[in-house]
Amino acid sequence: MSAPFLWIVLPFIAGALILFLLSEKNSAYIGGAISIILALIALLIPIDTALLLGSVSIKISPAIQFFGRSFELSTADGPLLAVIYGLAALWFFGTEASSTAHRFVSLGLMIIALLTASIAVEPFLYAALILEMAAMLVVPLLIPLYQRPGRGVVRFIIYQTLAMPFILFSGWMLAGVEASPGDVSTIIQSGVMLSMGFAFLFAVFPLYNWIPQLMEETPPYATGFLLWALPTFTVIFALGFLDRYTWLRNTPQIADAILFSGVIMTATGGIFGALQRHLGRILGYAAIAEAGLLLLALGLRSFDLVNIVFLTLIPRGLELSVWALALSIIKRKAYPLKFSDVQGLARKYPVAVGALVIAHLSVAGFPLLAGFPSRLALWQELSVQSLAASFWVFLGLLGLLIAAVRTLAAFVMAGEDSKWEMNESWTQAAMLGVGVLGIFLLGIFPQVLQPFLSSLPALFEHLVQ
Amino acid sequence: MAAEIVSWVSVALILVTATTILVSRDWRISLGALAVQYLAAFWLVTRHLPFAMGSVKLITGWMVVAILGMTRLSLTNIDQSEQDAFYPRGASFRVILMGIAAFVAVGATPRIEAVIPGLGLPVIAGGLLLIGAGVAHLGVTSDLLRVALGLLTMLSGFEILYAAVESAILVTGLLAGVNLGLGVLGAYLLTAGSIPLTSPEEEDLL
Repeated sequence: MSAPFLWIVLPFIAGALILFLLSEKNSAYIGGAISIILALIALLIPIDTALLLGSVSIKISPAIQFFGRSFELSTADGPLLAVIYGLAALWFFGTEASSTAHRFVSLGLMIIALLTASIAVEPFLYAALILEMAAMLVVPLLIPLYQRPGRGVVRFIIYQTLAMPFILFSGWMLAGVEASPGDVSTIIQSGVMLSMGFAFLFAVFPLYNWIPQLMEETPPYATGFLLWALPTFTVIFALGFLDRYTWLRNTPQIADAILFSGVIMTATGGIFGALQRHLGRILGYAAIAEAGLLLLALGLRSFDLVNIVFLTLIPRGLELSVWALALSIIKRKAYPLKFSDVQGLARKYPVAVGALVIAHLSVAGFPLLAGFPSRLALWQELSVQSLAASFWVFLGLLGLLIAAVRTLAAFVMAGEDSKWEMNESWTQAAMLGVGVLGIFLLGIFPQVLQPFLSSLPALFEHLVQ
Repeated sequence: MAAEIVSWVSVALILVTATTILVSRDWRISLGALAVQYLAAFWLVTRHLPFAMGSVKLITGWMVVAILGMTRLSLTNIDQSEQDAFYPRGASFRVILMGIAAFVAVGATPRIEAVIPGLGLPVIAGGLLLIGAGVAHLGVTSDLLRVALGLLTMLSGFEILYAAVESAILVTGLLAGVNLGLGVLGAYLLTAGSIPLTSPEEEDLL
């Protein structure tokens, strides 16, 4: 069996089968189980290495050919696949608690399969096309058939589609730059093309206006999944570009441009987040600020760049899944999630409210929570490069902290006579409990990520030299 | 020489169809123009790609037109007044917009030919015209069908140019997939909300 078949074709087919054959209740468990199994295989069985189990020899071959091009997953991809499918399993199990199971799990599996294909495809810049296909597949998740599509989803699909031509053209031009590195005009043109492409993909300021709109218009759990999945793979795609092209990682102006777009996103995301009165929009701005932190990490001129990126990426999946799940539970009671709608809900949904606030604090970089170690590492590197940038990032995270305090204040604003009750189901409470436990675990013992962090830099060998 | 003349005729056809899509309020005319536009784009794509690969783009394009047309035909309750809230929205404004896109294309074509020799002036002009028209269309509309038309127009312009520099079968296949996906997505979004169902949140509140 080949690795691309196992981690791309199989989950894609499984997603299609779940859509047509399984009931809503079973799909969450089956989809989650498939993801867990794929994560465990990625963790335990090295790709392209023969393993002898008794008299049976098992070997997962690394590549398959498709239309004259190859899809390749190497041994170094194993930990990354384990992280991706592990986090995807968390999202899929959560669908049972958020009551969005059926279409979410099937489409989610297909999206993850396509995104994995974007890592595997050679030449790697074809990933832009696959990312676009994944983005299109997200839309039915966001807009159920009973809902009229709003402006957010239209802008989302426009921006994702605009990104693809820019990246494909820049990839072609970058090959020209490699052939004649002294040609400054080609370097500038390809740099501008690439920047535009990634600006659309990352939703860099001011192209992120669709995110808060989408959080208002669509189910929070589905949008949370989108805000986790697409930026995660875009970051890996961007790391691939930096790793592949020497001049990109050695040009200080490009590093500065990435760094400052990250600073602007973090600062504006945090500050605008602090001014919101809608819980969905707050999550949207927090996701923007976190995407800014990822860009910041990409712009660091440090050999720890890859480590810091993955230290930010892994807890991000956990934080967003817990936050989005809590929000989707609360939304069923407090539609449409404005502060005025959620007043006093802390006494009616204590587990969901607690989980939401903890996930929010973790994104803001609160000590002892999952987001803290990555923020600390980021600040340590950033303060050496630019104190002004560190200040603006601090301001952004402070904005997120203020938003968390405002959210908490709205939740606890109950009359004195209202009683404490627990309206979450056991499944919901258990899922949120596990998520919150994970957030504390990653915050207090960040070294549990060390086995992954030590092997992931092997994927981008030029960046860590 | 004959091929060159047909290429320039294709460019003219692209200018006319793109303007028609931008200006026309009737979805039937817009979709018809899109179908003709794919024919012109097909000719320009086959300047650099084999006939079979070019025809993939043509067939895909016509399939997309059919998908959007069938979907729009089945929707009878779309309120025309709600379709487009963008101002100014007069035909003259849109013609001027298309004129600007055409002038930009005329200005940029020789420069691009100088930077990337061998692409061919009609190919560059046709590609730029479609990209310009698509982007202009996206800028002046929030109507779902028109957004889909804008994206498809922009994408076919890009495909004409990209076909000249990249001839991989996988890319052609993936681009066909993206085009079809956009068509299906447009159809899905047009249908969404037109079916009277109740959301889970509304059910809980009832």
